[in-house]
Amino acid sequence: MKILVCISVVPDTTTKITFTDANSKFNTAGVQFIVNPYDELALTKALELTEQYGGTVTVINVGTDTEPVIRKALAIGATDAIRVNAEPKDAMFVAAQIAAQAKAGGFDLVFTGRESIDYNGGMVAGLVAEMLDWPLLNVVTKIEVNGNTVLATRDIDGGKEDLECQLPCVASAQKDLCEPRIPNMRGIMGARTKPLNVVEPFAGFDFADYHLYELPPAKQGVRLIDPANAGELIDLLHNEKKVI
Amino acid sequence: MSVIVFAEHNENIFKKSSFEAISYGKDLADKLNTNCVAVAIGCSDTNALSNLGKYGASKVLNATGNTLKVFEAAAFAKAFCEVAQSQSGNVVIISNTYNGKSLAPRVAARMNASIVSGIVAMADTTSGFSVKKSCFSNKAFTYVQMKEANKVLALVPNSYPAKESGSSVTPENVSVAVSDADIKTISKSISTVKGKVPLTEAEVVVSGGRGMKGPENWGMIEELAEWLGAATACSKPVADMDWRPHSEHVGQTGITIKPNLYMAIGISGAIQHLAGVGSSKVICVINKDPEAPFFKAADYGIVGDAFEVLPQLIERAKQLKA
Ligand SMILES: Cc1cc2nc3c(=O)[nH]c(=O)nc-3n(C[C@H](O)[C@H](O)[C@H](O)COP(=O)(O)OP(=O)(O)OC[C@H]3O[C@@H](n4cnc5c(N)ncnc54)[C@H](O)[C@@H]3O)c2cc1C
Repeated sequence: MKILVCISVVPDTTTKITFTDANSKFNTAGVQFIVNPYDELALTKALELTEQYGGTVTVINVGTDTEPVIRKALAIGATDAIRVNAEPKDAMFVAAQIAAQAKAGGFDLVFTGRESIDYNGGMVAGLVAEMLDWPLLNVVTKIEVNGNTVLATRDIDGGKEDLECQLPCVASAQKDLCEPRIPNMRGIMGARTKPLNVVEPFAGFDFADYHLYELPPAKQGVRLIDPANAGELIDLLHNEKKVI
Repeated sequence: MSVIVFAEHNENIFKKSSFEAISYGKDLADKLNTNCVAVAIGCSDTNALSNLGKYGASKVLNATGNTLKVFEAAAFAKAFCEVAQSQSGNVVIISNTYNGKSLAPRVAARMNASIVSGIVAMADTTSGFSVKKSCFSNKAFTYVQMKEANKVLALVPNSYPAKESGSSVTPENVSVAVSDADIKTISKSISTVKGKVPLTEAEVVVSGGRGMKGPENWGMIEELAEWLGAATACSKPVADMDWRPHSEHVGQTGITIKPNLYMAIGISGAIQHLAGVGSSKVICVINKDPEAPFFKAADYGIVGDAFEVLPQLIERAKQLKA
């Protein structure tokens, strides 16, 4: 089985978010970048599947200065990597690049995270699926492969759905799919020499401009209520804020 | 040109998020001098369909076909696009429910559309077409110019009010050219907790953290939630220790919610927790530690022991609702 795992490079979860250039750019100064946590789950699951059934795991990233983070994915255990040498402008652009590589490389399964924790779009898996005319197993907490048949459990509003499809397909990883793997020393050493192919992007798909950023308004400050008279909180929520 | 809204239903009951999406579509259509069409798929309740007009749809279309009984992203996308095209629809609104998140990208790819997901406010059409979306796990917002004529807007539930501004309309059934061959995934079984508000749609959420000490103490959280008509949630360690089901876990790695009221009890307010709840409209924090970081993000706070505070809240909530 040939699996393509899509890796988004995102700021560490504890990052304090600020902007530069009149709030038109994310301020990357001092920011530590990591493999998107959901993509780490997709990668781990892909490795488990190939250990079970044989095959290879290729990671793909659309980005320009992302090699160190791609090497981390290789250290976790991916066979090789593709970097599409372009700024990941928006979901449509990124998906088009991934779909093209998935087709060219003859992959059976394209695996993404449920969303990236920077732009939180959650659209790439569905876009790639439609571009390739493949089935989509979106936001899955369980996935098994049996010959050409894939069984998965996906999150739905207020519950779960078990579903089935045939390879090739696209899947996106949700928390609980597996425990993310941490690279060991041997993996880190080996990652330095694993193949990382840099390819140029396909033109087009310039559909959206992210042009301005803003932080949420600061809270007014907390209003404290006497714990001995806690019921007052309910009154305030009812009379003043009218939320209950 | 028209604005097309996906009206999602579950066994003929339309979701609140669909009413919000229709009201959004109506207000957007007014700005664009066009009309708002609601498109349902596989609904068999005429009353429920006509009711969509009240939220602002001037036309309600229902795609029918044997293959359209259970949600399937590929088949639904094909059906939806066929109807949208028949209406010359070029702006599509889909709520970011779980099904919406599978449908929206497929629709966008079919239409070669600009797509933005996570939209939290009305589009600005004064110069181009700009939308505001949340980013960095709710730590910030970004404005995006959607440059293509075709657009798909994926709207965050609870960000735009459902308004009953119109009147019911007579729905039309449309048969679409979707066959078994268009179904790409087969649904084997669906399990949902009946009678409970899904977390993402709840207007009030009562949430407990490690400060609740153990699963045996959740009776109080549930009782308060019941009196307030709220859904229950929890922090990550609480789900990790199996005190509560993972479906209740909110935060960066859990569910993102945006209720009108979020009550956090015995939760410290770590940055990863705030990422999932920080954009709630009103936040109340109950924590015995006055230094707990959550107080900085709160509108109301009680510095006190949850086990002494909760009974008082339950008592007053009872009086209020009785
Ligand atoms: C990559 C990553 C992702 C993460 N994702 C998430 C996520 O999605 N969601 C999430 O919640 N966390 C997440 N976390 C974990 C997060 O950092 C915190 O560890 C977690 O939120 C803490 O949970 P808590 O507040 O319940 O527990 P604690 O931090 O232990 O806080 C318990 C609180 O209860 C208070 N307390 C104790 N007893 C009482 C009492 N009797 N009455 C009142 N108050 C009391 C204490 O003062 C304390 O503030 C993530 C962490 C990482 C590294």
